[in-house]
Amino acid sequence: MSELAAQGVEPEVLYWVGCAGSFDARAQKVAVAFAKIMNEAEISFAILGQEESCTGDPARRAGNEFVFQMMALQNIETLNMYNVKKIVTACPHCFNTLKNEYPALGGNYDVMHHTQFINGLIKDGRLKMKGGSAFQGKRITYHDSCYLGRVNGVYEAPREILEQLDNHLVELKRSKTNGLCCGAGGSQMFKEDEPGDKRINIERTEEALETGAEIIVANCPFCITMMTDGVKAKDKQEHVMVVDISEMIVSSNRL
Amino acid sequence: MIQQIAFAIAVIGAFGFAFSKYAQIYRNINLGKAYDTSGSEISRMKNMLLVAFGQKKMFKRIIPAMLHMAVYVAFLITQIELLEILWDGFFGEHRFFMPYLNKIFIPFTSLDLYTVTISMIEILSVCAFGATIAFLARRNALKLPRFQMDEMTGWPKWDGNIILVLEIILITFIFCMNGADEVLYNTGHSHAHGVAYGEKGSYGFVVSQFVGPLLFGWLAEYKELGYWILNIIERVGWWGHILTVLGFLTYLPFSKHLHIMLAFPNTYFAPLNSRGEMENMPDVMNEVKMMMGLTEMSADDPGDEMPEFGAKDVFGLSWKNILDSYTCTECGRCSSVCPANLTGKKLSPRKIVMDVRDRADEIGRNIDAGLYTADNYDDGKSLFDYISREELHACTTCNACVEACPVMISPLEPILKLRRYEILTESAGPGDWVPMFTSIENGGSPWQVADARDKWATDALSEEK
Repeated sequence: MSELAAQGVEPEVLYWVGCAGSFDARAQKVAVAFAKIMNEAEISFAILGQEESCTGDPARRAGNEFVFQMMALQNIETLNMYNVKKIVTACPHCFNTLKNEYPALGGNYDVMHHTQFINGLIKDGRLKMKGGSAFQGKRITYHDSCYLGRVNGVYEAPREILEQLDNHLVELKRSKTNGLCCGAGGSQMFKEDEPGDKRINIERTEEALETGAEIIVANCPFCITMMTDGVKAKDKQEHVMVVDISEMIVSSNRL
Repeated sequence: MIQQIAFAIAVIGAFGFAFSKYAQIYRNINLGKAYDTSGSEISRMKNMLLVAFGQKKMFKRIIPAMLHMAVYVAFLITQIELLEILWDGFFGEHRFFMPYLNKIFIPFTSLDLYTVTISMIEILSVCAFGATIAFLARRNALKLPRFQMDEMTGWPKWDGNIILVLEIILITFIFCMNGADEVLYNTGHSHAHGVAYGEKGSYGFVVSQFVGPLLFGWLAEYKELGYWILNIIERVGWWGHILTVLGFLTYLPFSKHLHIMLAFPNTYFAPLNSRGEMENMPDVMNEVKMMMGLTEMSADDPGDEMPEFGAKDVFGLSWKNILDSYTCTECGRCSSVCPANLTGKKLSPRKIVMDVRDRADEIGRNIDAGLYTADNYDDGKSLFDYISREELHACTTCNACVEACPVMISPLEPILKLRRYEILTESAGPGDWVPMFTSIENGGSPWQVADARDKWATDALSEEK
């Protein structure tokens, strides 16, 4: 972003990579996939790079408002400095915080989740889907993340993309408003579980395996981690993949 | 005359007692902090009409929704009959509305308004009777999991059953009254307003014109003694009905059944902003702004005294959180969809809401006993004596409980406010979170990573080349 700003170029959209996309090996692949899609659709985008920091979501949900405010105010300073108007992110937690919580602190942006953004590109004809994908005819299932689905009411955009990918979508027993959490939200990602009978990701993975799907599609880096762990715990990693929607497009369009 | 005096005493006594109890609950709700009620009144009204009046969110589960609808509609429409009973009670009349309403006919039919109204009440009462039996069975015979959780033992279990039994009694009395009255009319002994004594006829109410003679018809064969007994049954039905209603009114403030009233204000005042937005803490924001040099140091700097952040007790919650807790009817839909609860963790969102209410009740009782005042309350206890850390720490903030609640309660808000107290005021909380906070604060990421933040991109670009 700083390089573009130095050249006086304002990109169409700022890609908010988030901590997972930046540092988590699995989520980095999603970040690359999404970047490839934007390149394919000839979107001019920028990232903040070193100037981006955690949105503060995990701190806020854990109860640490100080750390949240420090992150949020710093990010808003940066975003406002670059006169950012439109943000896209592949993380529903970043999406929620940027969209719903930054306005109260003085950060007002048009924020989109990458599934909404990609769906828009397809509808506008900027991204053409090629037929004959690796997923053709495959049985897949889609896991609604809490912060994209129930919290922000985005259920259709990801499903509309999946329809374009020529496969057989089997809905989970608990989906859309009734979707079950993967177990990572509310900063659970960063701590051990409280004592109980079962891990939440196992409960959700079992439900996903019941559909008989070969591919579990997610839209959130934390869900991907949780579901991948679940599939491994069930010893099904040879047969079942956990992927982000953007990765499906990349593989289908052979980008 | 004696009946009228007894009636007046019963009604005024019940209303007076109920009023004092409702005033206490109102006071308890106001123990909470200010809550922002700005925003479109039209949207608020819409929420109330759709969710409370129209029961929109109940219909996520169709069977209980239909059963509940039967009881609810019967309750609403019975209020018309209750008006007549109140009038009759005070003025010593019987079926006062009848001679006026039975002259009004539904267009294009021979049905008059009085017969139609009472018949509707009767039909709905039969439905409600069936629904109540089904509800009792669901709780006690089918043992639905959400009614068997730990917090549903003792009083809450009793409470649920008492209400249902009261409903059965209430409906039984309606049919005693109308049934016995029907037989009296059939035999020319009706004392209804506008019916000449000795006139034989039928009220034509859709259920009691058959059920009455079936149950009580044989009594008429005993002539005077039978008529005397029928009159008693009719009066027992009449008195039983109104006394059960008054009992209901005075029982409500002690019961989870208060939702029949509070569902309306609770949906009206439900937050209009996004579920994803946690309430901002301007104090903390301004403090951080000063630290970062974004604003000038303010003149009214609070100084060294560490303010209390988050909520430790109901005083730290908003009044809406407390209203939520009194609105809760303990249906357990929240807990039955909670991922933590489903996987055997200690957290149950319903228990959190019930704990808030029970603590508010406890504080209210102590204030009423004159032990403390609301402004200077310290009984050495707090919400943390009701809610354990383990419960708070198990929440994934997935909002399933918020989505599930048919009356728009947020069990999540108190959890997050208690977490804020734990972290900000006590500097406690799960040990695993400490390095996460440090890492975010120092490195801008919850993980401690040495790499540059855009390494993934530079790597990908170099790979392409």
